[in-house]
Amino acid sequence: MKAILLLSGLGVLALFAELFKFRKALFALVVLGLLGTIATAISYWWYDDGDFARYFGGMVRFEGSSVVYSVIMLATTLLWFVMSSDYLKRETSETDHTALILFALVGGLILTCYTNLVMLFLGIEILSIPLYVLAGSRKNELNSNEAAFKYFLLGAFASAFLLFGIALLFGATGTFDMGVMTDYIRENHEHLPAFFYGGIIMLLVGLLFKISAAPFHFWAPDVYQGSPTVFTAFMSTVVKTAAIVAILRLFHMKGPFIATEVSDYWIPILGVCVGLTFIIGNFSAAIQTSVKRMFAFSSISHAGFLLLAIVAASAFTPKAIIYYTIAYSVASIVAFTVLINIIKACGSDNIENFNGLGKKSPLLAVVMSIALLSLAGIPPTAGFFAKYYVLTAAIGSGHMWLAVIGILTSLVGVYYYFRIIIAMYFKEPKEGIVFTVSAQHQALLFVTAVATIVLGLLPDLILNIGVRQEIVDALPH
Amino acid sequence: MITALLIGLPLIAALLLLFSSGEGAKKIALVAAIAELGLALFAFWFMRTAPRDEVYVHRMVMDVPWIQSIGVHFNVALDGISMVLVLLTSFLVPVIILSGFEKKYDNPSLFYTLVLFMQMALVGVFVARDGFLFYVFWELALIPIYFICLLWGGENRGKITFKFFVYTLAGSLFMLAALILVYINTPVTLSGTHSFEINALYDAGQHALTANEQTFVFFSFFLAFAIKMPVFPFHTWQPDTYVTAPTQGTMLLSGIMLKMGTYGLIRWMLPMTPDAFAVWGPCLVVLSVISVVYASGMAIVQKDFKRLIAYSSIAHVGLISAGILSFDVKTGTTEGLNGAIIQMFAHGVNVVGLFFIADIILKNAGTREMSKLGGIRNVSPQFAALFLIVLLGSVALPLTNGFVGEFLLLNGISQYSLWASAIAGTTVILGAVYMLRSYQVVMLGETNSTTSGFAALTGNEKAVLFIVCAAVLAFGVYPKPLLDIMQNDVNDLAKLITSNLTTH
Repeated sequence: MKAILLLSGLGVLALFAELFKFRKALFALVVLGLLGTIATAISYWWYDDGDFARYFGGMVRFEGSSVVYSVIMLATTLLWFVMSSDYLKRETSETDHTALILFALVGGLILTCYTNLVMLFLGIEILSIPLYVLAGSRKNELNSNEAAFKYFLLGAFASAFLLFGIALLFGATGTFDMGVMTDYIRENHEHLPAFFYGGIIMLLVGLLFKISAAPFHFWAPDVYQGSPTVFTAFMSTVVKTAAIVAILRLFHMKGPFIATEVSDYWIPILGVCVGLTFIIGNFSAAIQTSVKRMFAFSSISHAGFLLLAIVAASAFTPKAIIYYTIAYSVASIVAFTVLINIIKACGSDNIENFNGLGKKSPLLAVVMSIALLSLAGIPPTAGFFAKYYVLTAAIGSGHMWLAVIGILTSLVGVYYYFRIIIAMYFKEPKEGIVFTVSAQHQALLFVTAVATIVLGLLPDLILNIGVRQEIVDALPH
Repeated sequence: MITALLIGLPLIAALLLLFSSGEGAKKIALVAAIAELGLALFAFWFMRTAPRDEVYVHRMVMDVPWIQSIGVHFNVALDGISMVLVLLTSFLVPVIILSGFEKKYDNPSLFYTLVLFMQMALVGVFVARDGFLFYVFWELALIPIYFICLLWGGENRGKITFKFFVYTLAGSLFMLAALILVYINTPVTLSGTHSFEINALYDAGQHALTANEQTFVFFSFFLAFAIKMPVFPFHTWQPDTYVTAPTQGTMLLSGIMLKMGTYGLIRWMLPMTPDAFAVWGPCLVVLSVISVVYASGMAIVQKDFKRLIAYSSIAHVGLISAGILSFDVKTGTTEGLNGAIIQMFAHGVNVVGLFFIADIILKNAGTREMSKLGGIRNVSPQFAALFLIVLLGSVALPLTNGFVGEFLLLNGISQYSLWASAIAGTTVILGAVYMLRSYQVVMLGETNSTTSGFAALTGNEKAVLFIVCAAVLAFGVYPKPLLDIMQNDVNDLAKLITSNLTTH
């Protein structure tokens, strides 16, 4: 809670920066503020109030898992700020955009700790609305306007589904509170009305839209491609993390929908969505020539893996999701940083601009290769373990077919990720293009690339975090 | 300890090389490779002479928890079978590095870093006793060779190496799925997780899987290994990749990397799925024999010498695979396995020699097209003699290393089925056909304009060829050290398989 307050205050402070003319200090302030927020979040780890930290009359509960996911999102945003500070400085509305990102992050933090469906809706909206604005922040570009418009319309539509689903659930169980709902379902699971299940489906539709899973993914390619690249990076890392945490809290852990009859209902449905997501995401990415669009489709397929962990519904799922979001966010930050530098030097994100990067800028090429190897899931990178954990959870729960589809479509993934590696090392570079990488970006790239490999060699660094607290519930197998 | 050092030494050398530059790189790499060979020889001597006591175990086995949350240990051990393959790796890598001494590579430090890194991964595959660790090393070996082929290869290397990578990865991913399936069926250990330890996996595979599950595991493993070796019909990536890779890359691929596949058959597939093997083994023997005959036939019609050697490699490996798969689960005779391991060693040495010879021909005559060559013997008689020795090793003439392996293999296959061994035995005849014919076309006859400029062998080339020929003859005349060191462990493995067969 203190973290949310601190972050909101930081956002407002960023707005004031324009008014009170301390724009130059904004970047340093934001970094300090984010570090402070991380510290605040971590302080909740040792919260000794037996009932955890409850706020707003119990609508928000900041527990151990919330700490972990909050820190993941905050750290990713910190890296993101280092990546995008150049871009934000060059734009005139640096303060506004910074504030909007921080407000979106607040929404993400709410999604890590909600225990009331109304808070779920609030969190989703607070997360999304700044992003609608940011997607369209390049006011003079048609693509950007189109992206914002599509995102807003479809997002509002999906939020409506979400709200209606929440309403139906309220009608069926008589409460918005997830704890009370869980008890009610446990007692009355034989005679839940049909519209209860309808409510679950509508809830899922809204959430699947947010995480861009098929068949609700149609907004993602256009929005990712049209938005300014830095905001695409934010969307593809922090928003995905927030969305999967939202789904995790409902459909796993001590969530309401984990009772056997109910889970028998939504697991096959979600399984089909996962299969579709794998196939559509990977095969569509393979035919793209715009790297941003390719990353959009690849992020769709990564969402598939995250959802596969949920479908597996095993005791291992929370750890698998923590690890996957970290591995994926770190690799994405690297990839997008390189992409930003390419676009700055060559003007567009066409894959041909990667030609000969191995010779022109070995640093960019090497870290890009590491990031792509991680996204493709090749050892010894973090991405390999991430996929491995999810696959283990899935196979352990008997979803062999989905695991096989995941593996086969990962091979397609290798194809489009390696296309970039081949272009970097094999093709001849275009004449007259110079790559200058700022010192800030160089440091960022180095740190995150090393992190990818270290996490790949010592995954226990992350996995043992969850040992202390209540994340690992023993679910009936 | 020694085992961990065998893995660690090339890794440290590779990292050192990464930060060095230029001309010194190849010398550092050679020194590191020779040091590794020394270490391997020491391990060999130690294994031969030391009593099997605690000191022995402490030196040869290392078991440290790595990722406790999923029960993965860094568990490596040297036994007789692994020793032969580690010796092969540590013998061939200095030879390979030496063979590239006179080439001018762009960015040599990166090249030798990748070579040493690959050596580490290869040794790791051969000594891993933890399923997950085995998989990680298996994949790790793929990355350096991919970059070696991509950065220093010949024409069209982008597409060809990519096909190689994806093809191999597909097989590996199926193997991973199979490993996970067996892992889930191991009993939960004290630390609360399943175990990837090899004996636990064996046990689970033999007793805890249903027949269908065992079949899935069997075929997934076989797919991964069949693609790696390769065996018909999973061989289509091989000829193009071997031809387009730089010679040192081809030597690494054919000399050592494909042995990962055959080793995997022996160490991982057979003991884990004996029942599925008893049912499906025969049809895979047939597949291997088809592979032998097909590849031999294809080799006969090749015009490019390097491509011919590539196909001959498929033929030889088909024979090794048939020998392994003809293991009789009921009686447990071990000729096939012994022959396979010896032949792995012999084939590695021979094929590296042959590819080096192809490289020398290309360097001096400018082409590998056999029809354009001829009469090289007249201008370079020393080269002709050394070429002939390596060739006879490949054709499996008695007193060469190839003979020992092929004899044991054909013996093993004949105990399984006389027909199979007769057809597989045609590889000897067909091998003689394409190898001797290529020798005749390339070396004998009239010297023409392409070959008249053939330079005398340089000191470097002579050194490498002498070493290879010495190995061909030495192990042909006296294979006993190798056979002795693996005998006990092969017998143990055979007993492990036959005693855990549940259907009789």
